Amino acid sequence: MKKLNRRTKVLLLTAVMALVLIAVYAFGLLIPEEAYASSFLQAKQPPSFAHPFGTDSLGRDLLMRTLKGLSVSMTVGLVASVISAVIAVLVGIAAATGSKYVDAFLNWLIDLVMGVPHTILVILISFAMGRGLKGLLIGIAATHWCSLARLIRGEVLQLRNQQYVAVSRRLGKSSGWILCNHLLPHLVPQFFVGLVLMFPHAILHEASVSFLGYGLPPEQPAIGIILSESMRYLSAGMWWTAVFPGLLLVAIVLLVDRLGDHLRRILDPYSAQE
Amino acid sequence: MRLEAKNVSFRYDRKQPYVLENRSLAIEQGERVALFAPSGYGKTTLAMLLAGYLQPTAGEILLDGKPLPRKGVCPVQLICQHPETAINPRWRLKKVLEESGRLDETILRAFGIESAWLDRFPRELSGGELQRFCVARALMSGADFLICDEISTMLDVITQAQIWNVVLQEAERRNMGILAVTHNRHLAERISTRVIDLTKA
Repeated sequence: MKKLNRRTKVLLLTAVMALVLIAVYAFGLLIPEEAYASSFLQAKQPPSFAHPFGTDSLGRDLLMRTLKGLSVSMTVGLVASVISAVIAVLVGIAAATGSKYVDAFLNWLIDLVMGVPHTILVILISFAMGRGLKGLLIGIAATHWCSLARLIRGEVLQLRNQQYVAVSRRLGKSSGWILCNHLLPHLVPQFFVGLVLMFPHAILHEASVSFLGYGLPPEQPAIGIILSESMRYLSAGMWWTAVFPGLLLVAIVLLVDRLGDHLRRILDPYSAQE
Repeated sequence: MRLEAKNVSFRYDRKQPYVLENRSLAIEQGERVALFAPSGYGKTTLAMLLAGYLQPTAGEILLDGKPLPRKGVCPVQLICQHPETAINPRWRLKKVLEESGRLDETILRAFGIESAWLDRFPRELSGGELQRFCVARALMSGADFLICDEISTMLDVITQAQIWNVVLQEAERRNMGILAVTHNRHLAERISTRVIDLTKA
């Protein structure tokens, strides 16, 4: 086989990672509710061929429940990080192009949101917004935009001083036209990489807040819920209820993180020569 | 028409010394003026002031007795020294030219810009080729005055001659005013009808 160069390898790896994630997500969506229905005849079974991840105290198949939970987590992660990234772009552009006072206020706001521990803020907002999926989404989306907003602010500040933007202005182009044609296309890689790197944070926060009991309702299959239920049975020796869902969560988070890293490498012109 | 700098002073910051102090100069339409001075005399600053890229700290820039229009296509266009910074690296060159409003085939042909180049990205062309695009863009905007800030300094002599020939022809045809900033005294004498030496003025 011909030797692949580094870029092709990274591209292939990224594609495979994306495919795995999409497969997990799609599979989770397609699982019918009967697949993880409770059955007291099969309660508390250790891993076997019939139930690779074992069953929990209510006899629900943990593999199916975990996969379903992952797809729920991924939905939360995806939606929350998209909203967050859009907020980040808007705030970043507003800070960089607005007046000095707007910039100072937005920077102060970023410092404020970053200064409060994320988990506490997510719990507070999620609780105030009525918990559940909606509360969690708002909570996570409202807390994760800060660092990306700062990055985009810096990028726009730098772009704004480019010669070609000044030329464009003297050629009679409006600020809106310049924003759409000169600035926004430059922000696309930042946006996507920021989005993908935000995703694992969002998933972890979803799981931890649900684990603490402030997020998704207990009947919903979600990793945080599964882990928090497993707490009661760990001392009874049911190690599989925590280990497999936990490991799968870590695996997915790592996968997305690596994916973001690879995307950055592909999109970042400075790594083009590597 | 007449482009005029009236008692212009400029400094980049209140704590900084003046780059230009109380300078005045005027260019008539159809006139070709060369601005000549060693490094650090504020040639580029003056060029940017005249084209409206910077606002003077004191004094004013007047076009026909009125300040430069803030909106719309500016009748004074600046072509700068480094074409690679004046072109958006993410745009195909066709879009770069279209930014000026219209694509003029005759100008493209005069500069020897091949149609295949239009679909390329800026980093796929050399500096000389890019500079042609910058000059063409300024010409296509229909400007009455061109401020050429050392536009041929980094080019080889053949490309220099080629670009200047087209610029001078167009200037002749449209009766444009030209201010050419340069270090090169021979070039200054060759292209201009009048030379301003900042060290003496």
